[in-house]
Amino acid sequence: MYRYDEFDLKLVNERVAQFRGQVARRLAGELSEDEFKPLRLMNGVYLQLHAYMLRIAIPYGTLSSRQVRKLAHIARVYDKGYGHFTTRQNLQLNWPALKDIPAVLDELASVEMHCIQTSGNCIRNTTSDHYAGSAPGELEDPRVVCEIIRQWSTFHPEFSFLPRKFKIAVSATEHDRAAIRVHDIGVQVVKNATGELGYEVWVGGGLGRTPIIGKKVGDFVPRADLLSYLEAVLRVYNMSGRRDYLYKSGITFLVHEIGAEEMKRLVEEEFEEIRKTGALQLPQEEVDRIQKYFAPPAYETLSDAAPEIDALAAKEKNFADWLKTNVAQHKVPGYAIVNISLKPIGKTPGDCSSEQMEAVADIAEKFAFSEVRVAHEQNLTLANVRKKDLYEVWKALDASELATPNVGLITDQIACPGLDYCNLANARSIPIAQRISERFKDVDLQQKIGRLHINTSGCINACGHHHVGHIGILGVDKKGVEYYQVTLGGAADETAAVGEIVGPAFTEGEIVDAVDTIVKTYLDIRKDGEILLDTYRRVGLQPFKEKLYAAH
Amino acid sequence: MAQHSRKGAQVQAVTANRLTDGVVVYLTPQNGWSPSLQDAEIAEGKEAAEALLARGQTFFEPGNFVLDVYLFEVERTEAGIRAASVRETIRQAGPTVRVDLGKQAELEGVHA
Amino acid sequence: MQLIKNGAFIADVWTHVADEDELPDGPAIVSLQRWQKEQNALVARGKPLGIRLKSGEAPSLIAADLDKFDVVALEFPAYRNGRAYSYARLLRERYGYKGEVRAVGAVLRDQFYFLVRVGFDALEVRDNITPEIWKESVGVFTNDYQPSSDGKPSVMSLRHRLAAHASARNAG
Repeated sequence: MYRYDEFDLKLVNERVAQFRGQVARRLAGELSEDEFKPLRLMNGVYLQLHAYMLRIAIPYGTLSSRQVRKLAHIARVYDKGYGHFTTRQNLQLNWPALKDIPAVLDELASVEMHCIQTSGNCIRNTTSDHYAGSAPGELEDPRVVCEIIRQWSTFHPEFSFLPRKFKIAVSATEHDRAAIRVHDIGVQVVKNATGELGYEVWVGGGLGRTPIIGKKVGDFVPRADLLSYLEAVLRVYNMSGRRDYLYKSGITFLVHEIGAEEMKRLVEEEFEEIRKTGALQLPQEEVDRIQKYFAPPAYETLSDAAPEIDALAAKEKNFADWLKTNVAQHKVPGYAIVNISLKPIGKTPGDCSSEQMEAVADIAEKFAFSEVRVAHEQNLTLANVRKKDLYEVWKALDASELATPNVGLITDQIACPGLDYCNLANARSIPIAQRISERFKDVDLQQKIGRLHINTSGCINACGHHHVGHIGILGVDKKGVEYYQVTLGGAADETAAVGEIVGPAFTEGEIVDAVDTIVKTYLDIRKDGEILLDTYRRVGLQPFKEKLYAAH
Repeated sequence: MAQHSRKGAQVQAVTANRLTDGVVVYLTPQNGWSPSLQDAEIAEGKEAAEALLARGQTFFEPGNFVLDVYLFEVERTEAGIRAASVRETIRQAGPTVRVDLGKQAELEGVHA
Repeated sequence: MQLIKNGAFIADVWTHVADEDELPDGPAIVSLQRWQKEQNALVARGKPLGIRLKSGEAPSLIAADLDKFDVVALEFPAYRNGRAYSYARLLRERYGYKGEVRAVGAVLRDQFYFLVRVGFDALEVRDNITPEIWKESVGVFTNDYQPSSDGKPSVMSLRHRLAAHASARNAG
């Protein structure tokens, strides 16, 4: 993975010094909260319900064992012994004291990490495929592009005060695990007819108050010109995006208002001008330099068959269940991708204790080239594990409650922190996810239901990605009481779609039964091989609606 | 400024977050800030509420040591002062999904 | 308000002239609307002339006239409104404007670094800004990842130079 050189390190250290000064000025009363707020919000420090929250950047979701151990240490010493992995592949601490944050930043800098641009109206952490480098059919490791984007976007002088926060995601396989179509910019690595690699650029996707699927604006951007193209998109947005009305300030609205064709024209005009100057053209040496850091690990030459693992699976159902859902195919024979579920039955999606982080760091060190990934589904991934080690890895994960066999199933839910922690939330998210998890905890039932994504958000900002859940749940507040609105048919992958609202919202007491009704209806009417999303796409909302509101 | 009281709310208290660590605090009759809702000064009626809020705001300004000061609705019960909304109930207690954390684990008089 | 020009705190010789006010004898900064209405008169005056663009008035509107202006002042209606960062870069890089590009309006001390990088050489700042604050803020980062209007070499090109230097040394 990428390692800082003297330039990267100096910049991060200078940032820590700057923020330390800002905190000191605030604590001494030299800055009012009005003056300090924009400064802390440029460094991932929010004020939530019970305390401050600190969002730590995990660039494109890649961590070393050393970094994971440091996160565990920080959570233990400066927080309450756990952290929360988010849909942006970042880690949030829920209880840090403001006075300690400069020290936390020092600790982070010591392992080449930071909180830069984890909040504010700037270019946020670029996210990617958690299978990067290991996925079959991948055209190149998308993290090379992500790292190039990370550097270009860090303290970009022109784009640090955009109309709204700005999110970029990169995918390099046909199957999109990075949800690029619901990002402000989605970059898809593609190959043209002559076999040359380049980028498709999707613009104007987003969730939040008004969910929209992005439009393809760039069909084939040559590799050397990617930054010129991104700069062009950002410049058009920075100059033309609305600034008078917060809820229409995203690039989503700009594309919607002027149309994809006009957006394309403006971007291309700007792109040609920028390209002419050559200033942002990527020198091959720099690409090569970064690429070296993402060189494949020292894979052994192995047979793809692992009979000893098959034999153990035949004997132990729990292990077999885990293999079925939590382990994915690797591009190298004899290797596997292992997903670590952060969704134990009845627990908080995405939460991870310091002890669990340390266990993951140890397991990664022993079995997975010391590398850990964060998935936007709020799970972790070991991207390079020898098949013959799978049983040992499973045992070790299971000992730390990290082997719940549910990845991709109904109890593997995305949920934002909701009203249990968040200052913006209208309703709680986590307890809903927990109760759904309890209701469907039977592994065989989960497997029978098949792949099913339930995403829950506690307010319309949609941090829980409810619009793109196969079943989406949105918490709303009606006169101080929590209600839950349900959508069906959302998807975040290459078939991205925004879910459709089924009807009136449910109470806290009704919502789990409503989900149960949807699942039962689907099981009744599905055809062979269909998952819930397929059935919905075939039959639409009506059959579900009838069952849900039959009694009314 | 955040506003979390319903229109026409009759019984209110003033809350804020402590600057150094963000902990939820309540304005007391002694012009101090206490982590416990049970120590809060209660204002009845609109005028008293506005006066209480003004005190909270003027009080913190010179010392700069709390932020986000606002009024919220409470109820007096035999068991003590209770917050009326789910949100303020969670703020005075801690996350409902981690009852081992926050004030519910540290203080007396917290209600669920 | 005080003026910082090329890092020095200096007296401001320019007057911002409201549309309804009479022009002063000396250097004057006028609005885009006034420029469009009174172009000939303003040029005939023979005094230094500046123009002030609001957020939403892109420099492309005056690209053909830039040689008439000694100052282009770009407004920041709120510190959050970063449109003028793009405007400044376009003035410098696209239109090759060599005169003064001045930031006016809501500008925070923590933004000086960004402003200078995109090509502002003059800033109207609050009176509590001291030369020490200016120095600390504008110099917060030694190196920068991206090329911009300040002409500083980006980290990428510095790496390139280092590598070339190292290989030359090895070869020698």
